[in-house]
Amino acid sequence: MTSEQIYTQLTEIFRELFDDESIVLTPETTAADIAEWDSFNHINLIVASEARFGVKFTTAEVESMQNVGQFVDAIAAKSGNRSE
Amino acid sequence: MELFWLPKSPAWSAALAVARQMPAPEAARGLISLANSRIDFVQTIKLDRALRQFGSQLEPYLNRTRPVRLGLVGSSTLSHLVPAIRVAALRRGFSVEVCEGHFGTYHQDLADADSELCRFKPDVVLIALDAHHLAAGDSRSCDVSLSVIRSCWDLARNHLGATVIQQTVLPVFPHLLGNNEQEMSSSPANMVREINQTLRVSAAEAGVHLLAVDDMAQQFGSRALFDPALWHRSKQEIHPAAAPLWGDHVGRILAALRGLSFKCLVLDLDNTLWGGVVGDDGIDGILLGQGNAVGEAHIAFQRYAAQLASRGIILAVCSKNEDATARAVFERHPEMVLRMKNIACFVANWQDKAENLRQIARTLNIGIDALVFADDSPFERNLIRQELPEVAVPELPEDPALFANSLAAAGYFEGLAITGEDQERNRQYQANAERDRLREGVADMAAYLRSLEMQLIWTPFDSIGLSRIVQLINKSNQFNLTTRRYSQEQVAAMKADRQWVTFQLRLIDRFGDNGMISVLIGRIAGDRTLELDTWLMSCRVLGRQVEEATLNLIVQHAAAGGLERIVGFYVPTAKNGMVKEHFARLGFALTQTAEDGSTIWSLNVASYEPKTTFIQTQKGTVDQRTDLHPAH
Repeated sequence: MTSEQIYTQLTEIFRELFDDESIVLTPETTAADIAEWDSFNHINLIVASEARFGVKFTTAEVESMQNVGQFVDAIAAKSGNRSE
Repeated sequence: MELFWLPKSPAWSAALAVARQMPAPEAARGLISLANSRIDFVQTIKLDRALRQFGSQLEPYLNRTRPVRLGLVGSSTLSHLVPAIRVAALRRGFSVEVCEGHFGTYHQDLADADSELCRFKPDVVLIALDAHHLAAGDSRSCDVSLSVIRSCWDLARNHLGATVIQQTVLPVFPHLLGNNEQEMSSSPANMVREINQTLRVSAAEAGVHLLAVDDMAQQFGSRALFDPALWHRSKQEIHPAAAPLWGDHVGRILAALRGLSFKCLVLDLDNTLWGGVVGDDGIDGILLGQGNAVGEAHIAFQRYAAQLASRGIILAVCSKNEDATARAVFERHPEMVLRMKNIACFVANWQDKAENLRQIARTLNIGIDALVFADDSPFERNLIRQELPEVAVPELPEDPALFANSLAAAGYFEGLAITGEDQERNRQYQANAERDRLREGVADMAAYLRSLEMQLIWTPFDSIGLSRIVQLINKSNQFNLTTRRYSQEQVAAMKADRQWVTFQLRLIDRFGDNGMISVLIGRIAGDRTLELDTWLMSCRVLGRQVEEATLNLIVQHAAAGGLERIVGFYVPTAKNGMVKEHFARLGFALTQTAEDGSTIWSLNVASYEPKTTFIQTQKGTVDQRTDLHPAH
């Protein structure tokens, strides 16, 4: 899956979850940029992304994700060489 | 984890956007319908957001019972579950206001008259304590945990005057011994089991209702409900993706408390209670028991229905069949589990099922919103969902072996206790029904038929369709005007002979391809006449104007071929009584009646006015001809 495809699908998840069609994601987007992106919705984002991309993040990975760019990289790494 | 008994809704997001712009009454209807789709946790959150956007405006329209005030107390994160509770109530046409206690202080929340929870004055308190809280600590024995739980019940009931729902303990702990875990009394997994066993006894004694998440875990897999990673990350014991399921279980208990559980299971017959079509296959030809796997699966489903009846669910039958043909199976088939005495209201006729369901509810003197409708046909299910949205219509899986599971998972008949009256109920209703036989009824079908976007695809007989054509000619009994049987060779000869005019017809609609559903054979006789040698149709598409559209097609062909007259024949058999008046209904004139009841009918081509239908008729192309999905 290409990086653009991941951004497209991830944007859809963000827009659905935050009910905001104007959200545009960049690698630098962080929780500070989206008002409702609190710790509660962060979990929802992770769970929804895991379901959409068919991946499972480790506890350490979730802990280390600071911005959307890292989020996308983690998805790309997992969906690119899925061993499950 | 999906609410797999609810139908998928492809245009869900667009429909939600539309509903949000509507005035309150229409919005309420729209949101209820969206809640009755197979939605995941993100959709549940979206729907809850829309619901809250309307605030109290919708309350007058979510009025199946007055709003429930629910206090939610627990020992870990529960806020991610609240949207699913509100949406589960919406699904059932009522509203819930939720007040969440603070986790960690649940006992004080219940005890302190000044707490937010106490001031909220809940009607119902749901106590959801997590397994780590109740069973992980070494110092806590089962008895300590149980006494904490019991004191919560006392506070909620005596202090708040609320009904109590107690969540059982979710089995989250890995085993220490293994298969014989019970040998180690201090094992957390074993403690969970012991607490749950004791809860079942003491809840019944105390009049407390259980939310059995341990049963849920057994049914759907504990990994679907509990993710250790999420527990460490956010102290969510119930996985967010499982929230819709968990919330629906809360919703069904609240509905049961308010008397909103469904009361009556309405069963289709052909391919639901048995395999095959009794009108065509005969009482000896249907699949039912007899060592056949499909037949065994239908028997298992009947047994489940019978068990529901024994706990007080009313059973009714709604089938497109001749009444006598359908009854004969209940009276004479040796393998039937359900008999006439189990059925409180038996309706087998050729009317549309929406009208029949209204009649069943009237006859049994229960609300239409007390009916659950089990039918293998997507057409009938969608018809009822559209015409009677208050009826519960579970998706039935393709395999009858899974019918009972699907119905049970949907939880429509949620019950909180069993009374002696429950077990008598079917007999009482049956007596009422016998006094009050169904009247004729005609529902307005036009809007539904229009929405189906039906296409009737016709082609002359060809080699691709041959085997299916021969099968239909030799199998169809009910909608078959002359019941003439022809061999494959005879049919093959017809398609080569210009004396014969042949049609194979398939019907496609919004929900899919119904396959080849009708066969027509005409013979060009002398004096510019087309004689209808064979006209047969699958009963599955009755009431959809296929006959009218077919006649339009025949007349058009006759006119193009310079023919002036169409002659129809009806030859009565034991099974084709339903088409006795077929030609009369279509405007043919009766020209002859024989002693055996055979009739001959005539139609003038020049003066024929094409019938108005909602079907678009067109000639098939080669790839549309391949019959991939043979009809029953």
